[in-house]
Amino acid sequence: MPTETITRFSDVADTPPSAAAPALLSRRVGRLLGQLAAALSWLVVIVGALAMVIPFLWMLGVAFRTSSDLYADPARILPDQWTLHGVRAVLDQLPFARLIVNTFAFAGGATILMLLFDSMTAFALARLRFPGRNVVFVLILATLMVPFQVTLVPVFLTLFHLGWLNSYQGLIIPRATSALGIFLLRQFFLRLPFELDDAAHIDGAGNFTVYWRIIVPNAKPALASLFIIQFAALWNDFLWPLVVSNNVNMQTLPAALTIFSSQSGIDHAALMAGAAISLTPLAIAFLLLQRFFVQGVAASGIK
Amino acid sequence: MTTTEAPVAGPGRRPTAPGRRRRRPRFNSAYLFIAPSVILIAVFIAEPIAQSGWMSLHNWTIGEATHKFVGFANYTALFHDSRFWNALRVTVAYTVVVSVGQVLLGLAVAARLRKTTWYSALLRSAYFFPYIASLVVVGIIWKFLLDPQVGLVNAWLGDIGISAPDWLQSTTLALPTVIVIGIWKNVGFAMIVLLASMQQVPAFLYEAATLDGANAWQRFRYVTLPALRPALLFTSVIATITGLQLFDLVFAMTSGGPIFHTESVVMYLYEQGFVNFQMGYASAIAWVLFLIILVISAVQLRVARYRDAD
Repeated sequence: MPTETITRFSDVADTPPSAAAPALLSRRVGRLLGQLAAALSWLVVIVGALAMVIPFLWMLGVAFRTSSDLYADPARILPDQWTLHGVRAVLDQLPFARLIVNTFAFAGGATILMLLFDSMTAFALARLRFPGRNVVFVLILATLMVPFQVTLVPVFLTLFHLGWLNSYQGLIIPRATSALGIFLLRQFFLRLPFELDDAAHIDGAGNFTVYWRIIVPNAKPALASLFIIQFAALWNDFLWPLVVSNNVNMQTLPAALTIFSSQSGIDHAALMAGAAISLTPLAIAFLLLQRFFVQGVAASGIK
Repeated sequence: MTTTEAPVAGPGRRPTAPGRRRRRPRFNSAYLFIAPSVILIAVFIAEPIAQSGWMSLHNWTIGEATHKFVGFANYTALFHDSRFWNALRVTVAYTVVVSVGQVLLGLAVAARLRKTTWYSALLRSAYFFPYIASLVVVGIIWKFLLDPQVGLVNAWLGDIGISAPDWLQSTTLALPTVIVIGIWKNVGFAMIVLLASMQQVPAFLYEAATLDGANAWQRFRYVTLPALRPALLFTSVIATITGLQLFDLVFAMTSGGPIFHTESVVMYLYEQGFVNFQMGYASAIAWVLFLIILVISAVQLRVARYRDAD
């Protein structure tokens, strides 16, 4: 090994300048090819990015465009003349304010309860000792493996018997905890130093004080990420609200929009205005809080 | 097990402060902390899982007072149900192509946008944006983008002289079209996860590789790629699990048509359970889906471990 290194080293040192000239030329050609490839790959990546964005621009364009304008020249992304007709039409044809309130209540309510309950459970699993702790943890993990469609039919029947179909509690309560949330928060809590708890206990703090005054404040970034991805997941959720609510006054935006879109003779401007409005809160949150989105998604794979 | 042991991460491994815990507390408040989640999980996840298995062994129609026990008849019926096999074929085709497509394209985009500059940050946001939109909104937008009368896609193709088909009404093109949209929607997810992992690779490894004369491809192949293995596994497993649960996108874009050519397993489950109210049969479909997801995930993890052992 040492001799090999030495020969290599001497090779470099002893190369005469004249012998290096053709190598330099071919290296220059190689570098040119490399730059060409890099330019090409940038071009492809930029075209791809446009393909990601143009559908959403087109959605906005159609939302603010008259039907005759759209049929006259569908190749244009943005309208000639802007009109609010689509926005008015969707507000007329759907109880839109109600749908927005429902979606906020469902996504917001369930996410806040989930953060509270999951962080409490994760705190107990990570920082407290009690008989049965490992059994509880393993059972919670085991439920993670089962796709939620397995529970859909029995939960529907339970809600039916409770009279909770078409109600906020029916939408929210079964979504008020998440095994994945417990797992992620437990992992995060385990990384906080245990001296914090001990110091607080010596000062006479009980478990609840440790949880609320020490663990929760120290876990703010993790809680923020979890809040955002869970809120987004529920805001976008389709199958669950579709099953729980069949009354349009208790539906959320995705279900109502899908049913609206499958009607015949659909008003394109109204539909795209509805889609744009339902996308707006998440788009704003994404622009302002991109870091938390990215951290949350990278950690959990929640959608 | 002495109190001088260093406090290592791990539940219950902390040193006990002297003078505490002499007396066993009569009630452990830990149970209060776990109570809300444990009750909710028991009522809305654990019990329903068992009940679903039980229901799948019955001829369970909603509204009937009694439910006849039929053993595994629902499962044998499913085995001979050509509509189920069609849905399974659609779902598996979608899952395989979308998973592979999103991971490969996400990897390529992430490699290009690895260095953080203002323009790469902008491009990353563009790729990530479709991922935060709901599948329903994405499905509705694309349904009309691909519309032969008002859609942008066929209008643009017409401008360059291509007479484009009616994508979503064609029995041969509907599924491939949905697959392309699935990839389009999810590339951003793979890109973000792989980027996060790429940025963990220490810069000196790239410097060392460059000094050894490695070109850009070799640096990617021998430095980046090995470091990405856990992230690649994570994205593939997540992509597979979500792919097998395909529902929203096809519901919004095609409703399973034309003539079942894009009907997924979960769509068929929904149809049987909540349109026909055949809840025993729907439960059997759910359990078969669960087993398929379990087996495929286990195979993926096993293959990954086998490769790591090399």
